[in-house]
Order: sequence, then structure tokens, then C-alpha cells
Amino acid sequence: MTAIRCVNLVKRYDGKPPVDAVRGLNLTVERGECFGLLGPNGAGKTTTIEILEGLLRATSGEVEVLGLRWGRNDDAIKQQIGISLQETKLSEKLTVRETVTLFRCLYRQGISPDLALAQVSLEEKADARVGKLSGGQKQRLAVSCAIVGDPQLLFLDEPTTGLDPASRRQLWDIIRNFRDQGRTVLLTTHYMDEAERLCDRVAIVDHGQVIAQGTPRELIASLGGDHIVEIGLARDGHDLSAVASSLGRLPKVSSAQLENGGIVLSVQDLHLVLPAVLAELDRLGGNLDSLATRQASLEDVFVKLAGRHLSDEEGTEP
Amino acid sequence: MSAVHSPPPTASSDRDSAPRIWHSPMWQLVVARLREFVREPEAVFWVCGFPVVMVVALGIAFRNKPVEQVTVDIVANGPSATAAAEALGKNERFVSRLLSPAEARTHLRTGKTDLVVAPLTPATTAADTPSPSTSGVAPRYRYEFDPTRPESVLARNAVDDALQRAAGRRDVAESENVELNEPGARYIDFLVPGLLGMSLMGGGLWGVGFVTVDMRIRKLLKRFLATPMRKSQFLAGIMVSRLLFMVPEVLILLVFSRYAFDVRNHGSFLDVAVLVVLGGFTFSGIGLLVASRANTIEAVSGLMNLVMLPMWMLSGIFFSSERFPDAVQPLIALLPLTPLIAMLRGVMLEGASLVGYGPQILQLLLYGVVTFALALRWFRWT
Repeated sequence: MTAIRCVNLVKRYDGKPPVDAVRGLNLTVERGECFGLLGPNGAGKTTTIEILEGLLRATSGEVEVLGLRWGRNDDAIKQQIGISLQETKLSEKLTVRETVTLFRCLYRQGISPDLALAQVSLEEKADARVGKLSGGQKQRLAVSCAIVGDPQLLFLDEPTTGLDPASRRQLWDIIRNFRDQGRTVLLTTHYMDEAERLCDRVAIVDHGQVIAQGTPRELIASLGGDHIVEIGLARDGHDLSAVASSLGRLPKVSSAQLENGGIVLSVQDLHLVLPAVLAELDRLGGNLDSLATRQASLEDVFVKLAGRHLSDEEGTEP
Repeated sequence: MSAVHSPPPTASSDRDSAPRIWHSPMWQLVVARLREFVREPEAVFWVCGFPVVMVVALGIAFRNKPVEQVTVDIVANGPSATAAAEALGKNERFVSRLLSPAEARTHLRTGKTDLVVAPLTPATTAADTPSPSTSGVAPRYRYEFDPTRPESVLARNAVDDALQRAAGRRDVAESENVELNEPGARYIDFLVPGLLGMSLMGGGLWGVGFVTVDMRIRKLLKRFLATPMRKSQFLAGIMVSRLLFMVPEVLILLVFSRYAFDVRNHGSFLDVAVLVVLGGFTFSGIGLLVASRANTIEAVSGLMNLVMLPMWMLSGIFFSSERFPDAVQPLIALLPLTPLIAMLRGVMLEGASLVGYGPQILQLLLYGVVTFALALRWFRWT
């Protein structure tokens, strides 16, 4: 059953000049999966998720949430979704339990505030003021407020941005637990490792469009190789692109690209490819300066499709 | 304060449905606002301490002057100046100084003196040493004053009176003075209902406006918009919590002025309470409207001042609004603070009943309802 269906979504912000934050985005999220919108800052992730949450109105396109539509079944949708925005400063003077209780009372049905706190491991802080919490604890409180209405679908906009590694892993566990109860999660992130480890399926978003969609494994497999070889050559007048193209013709090498003054190969069966690469470099007379290999990641998928790194900020997102 | 009682967190007892009445979103919001308020010492001071400071300051300003002093600068240009100073010195009401013409003029211009007296030569010819009282020639004075300052005009008349008498004028008619000083007829009695109206206006606008814009900046409004809570419930919650903060504010002002200055309410306390709630409702509605679109504290502050300034000046907080020209009276009557203060004075000073104030009550209700409806319509949540 489909949790979210979104067809040809367009969001244009009026202005001079008008800005198209989302341009024809298509997305299908199934129930019971944790789905990630992965993309650089300004790709249109937040705009998309806020349209799905009913906070923004789409310029055009179709949106269905839990089989319902915004504008017709608003209350029914709102009763069944939970939300954590990118930045919400909850009232610092209230205690943690008071905050969750307030949100609980905004929903017809839900779980007890104490249970919502237990699910994010904040029981011990229940009587502490919100202002005294650490960044990770505040983020867990935000998730607790999102799940206290017992939602079927959870929206999390960059839930782990700015958190330390331990807090991030803690949040991942909370999100996995929620998904394991058969609920759906849609989250945005610009951390590829987060998408890779946490999400069942991922849509890579760039310039307001989905440029690839699938499980992290499928997306990485689409590179044609599961390993990346990075070669640095001494600067002695060799034509790098000529070297790259002849390396690219070797068997089991699916692509060869120039990047940061080096050559990046996407390969399969590293143990077979590596000797062949070295022999070819020897034949061409290239002076090897550095050589590194690693597992391919979603980052490489993004680089291949978008021609730049996730961390390179480009585009506009109000 | 303890939170809602809830079952121990076990996996099976996690469903907790059908909220009780006190769990309604609006009341929860009101309770949350009250908690935030009580835990913010500065806010408590501004609400509870400020009206008292105001009453004390104004009460003292208008109380410690049994006889109003008149400051007079005399241009020191010879014996007639000294004689004038002596004549004025006999009455302790006058504080006079002998100064050079330039100094005296500067004092008058900067408001340090109420009046400048310049003795002139008594004869028609320009003689250099006039000696008025001894020679029997009537002295001549020139008064310099500011006709737009009431105390300056007052000083001119009082000084002239004293100098004329010193020069030998006799009063022909006999007069008798009765000083109006009983409680209920003093300025402080007039002032307290005005201050009450002013704090209802300020509290409603600032209280609602600041909180709303602050929540907008913190993206809390957006967060609430994403929940099933109805927009009207949210706005009503903000208004109701403001009304509740007004209770201590009003009580402190009334109790303090009762015991410190013996200001009494000659009407029914129920009527005063009704007016306080009505005023709180009206002005928090206006506050919501003013804050409905603003994105920054600066913007909302500017708008509030714009809205409040005409009422501060025209609605009769410190003096009766009837002093303004007839032409602007209909405009003044349109301002919501004008009928509120008029009703508060009517009830507190004259013991009037609210029954006679139907149109004014309706006017305030309309202001509240219409501004609330417009705010609901225009409100910016993100």
C-alpha cells in the first residue's frame, strides 16, 4: 500500500526572478519503509517535504498522503502524520514532559507522553526544562512530539543535522524502531552515510527533481562497480584525459572520470582490475603518485549523476 | 505543576484516547503559556510591577505640591528689579532670581523658568535711574512668557497680581476659596481609571503581539500548523492566556491605589471586572491583528506604537479627551480606548451602571470580534 504518492510536483516561489524550487518531482513511498530524500542543500528537499506535510501549497502536481489529499481531508491527514521540522525552537521554559503533553493533546488519539519519551530515551529528562537539553536531546524531544500522536507516517526534515555521531546513531535507532512497528518514515538528509545505513529506499534529489530512486544497494550497483579506485599521477605533462579514457576501456572498469587533478575509476572485482590498471599505467609511462581504493557509496552515485559532490552547495532553497 | 497523569509506559497500554475537557488544545495552550509566563521573572515584573511604579510616580508628582511654586526670573537692571524681587519674596509661592537679560531669556526658552520680569523705566523719558516706590511714580514691568505653557500663563497672572498689590492696588471685591480635595474628586482618582485602560491596551497589544511574533520566529507557529489543532483554537488560546495575565495586573493596580492613595471604586466591582475582561478581549484581538503578518520583533514594535500612539494622546488617559477640538471628537470616539476609559471613569468615579453604556460596549465587542476574525484570515503561520 502506498503511503505517499507525488506526481509531477512543481513549486514556484514568486519573486524577481521567480524561483522554481521543485520542478516536476515524482515520488512513491510504500507503507512500512524508511524512505530518504537525499540531496545537497538547496535541492528542494525541504520544499518537497513541506508540501507533503501540508505546510506549503504546491504550484502544480498531484500529492496523495496515506491515500488522502490536502485541501479535502486535512484533519484526517494531520491526525495520522507526525512531523519534525528542520528547526523548531520549543519553549525553553516548559519541561520535557509538559512539552510532549501539550502536543499529545493536539491529537485525538495517541500514546501517553511518558511512553513517547521512553521511545526516544528521554525518561530521565522528563522533568528538566527544555532549555537545559543538549542538541541531541532537543532533537529527540522533537521526534517525541512527532510520535506522541501515534502517527502512521513520520516526516523528519534533516533530523540529525548538527548532531554528534553518538546522538546521530541514537536517532537512527529510534527511527528504525518506529519503522519496525510497520509505520512509514520519510526523511531528508544531506548525509549520504545516513541515507545508506538508515533508509530502505532513497531518492536522490537535485535541482528540484529526482535524479535516481531505489535501494541504496541498487543505486550503488548502478555505478557498474562496487569499488572506487582513485589514482593520482605525478604532474609530468601527461594528458590525463587520454590516460583516463584508456583506463576506462579496461575490462570490469565501468567508468573513468577526472576529478581534482586525479582519475577516479568505478570498478568491479577489484582484485582483478587493480593489476591491470597498474600494468596499463606502466605501459603509458604514467608516474603513480597515489593510489586509493574504497567501497562505492551513494556519494559516488550523486557525483556520477550530478557531476559534483553533495557538499558542493548549489541551487536555491528559501 | 504536574503533567497529565498517564499509565506507566508499557508496550500494551500505549493507547490513550478521547481527551478530557481540560485536555482540549486551547486549554493546554493556555496552561503552557501561563507556565512560561510564571517562569519568566522579567515578564512578571513588567505586568505586575510596572503599573505600580506608574501610579506611585504620578501619585507623588501630583500630591507633593500643596501650593504650586512659580519660578520667576527677574532681569537685574537696577533698584526696581531688586524692589520687585523683594515684593515677590514676601510670598513663599514665588521663587525668584535676579539674572541678566540673556540668561533669563535662555531659562524661559528651555523651560527652567515660568516667567521673565523685566522692570522698565517708569517715566516716558529714558531716564537712567528710576526709583519707583520712593518717588511715587508707578513702576512699569514687561512680562515675557510662553502662552502655550499653562504654568507660564499662570505665573504671569500670579506675579502681576502680586506686583500690582505691592505697588498699592486694592482689591475691591471680596472672595472666598473652597479647595476641592475630598477622595473621588482629585486628579489621582481621575488618573487611575485612565491608567487601568492604558495597561489593558498595552498589555493586550504587547502581550499578544510579542508572543505571537516570537513564536513565528521560532517556527513554533509552523509546527503547530502541522498538527490537527484548529487555527481558531490556537488564536483563542493566546487571547485567553492574555486575559488571565490581566487579572494580577489589574488587581495590583486597584489594590495599590486604594491603599496608597485612597482611590475608591464608587461603582460595582462586577462592572469593573466586566470592563476589564472586555478591554482585555478587545485589545488582545487588536494585538493579534497587528501581529498577524509581522516577521520580526522590530516590525511588530513599530506597528504597535503606530496603533497605540493616537490612543495614548487622544483617548483621555491623563486628561479628558474633551479638551480636543470638536472637529476631532468623532474620530477620538472611534478609538477603542476612548469608550473603555470613559466607561471605567463612569463606573469608578460616578458609580454609573454599565446598563447605560450599550453602544460603547457594542463598539468594543465589535473591535474584538472583527480584529480576531481578520487576524484569523490574514495570519501568517510560517
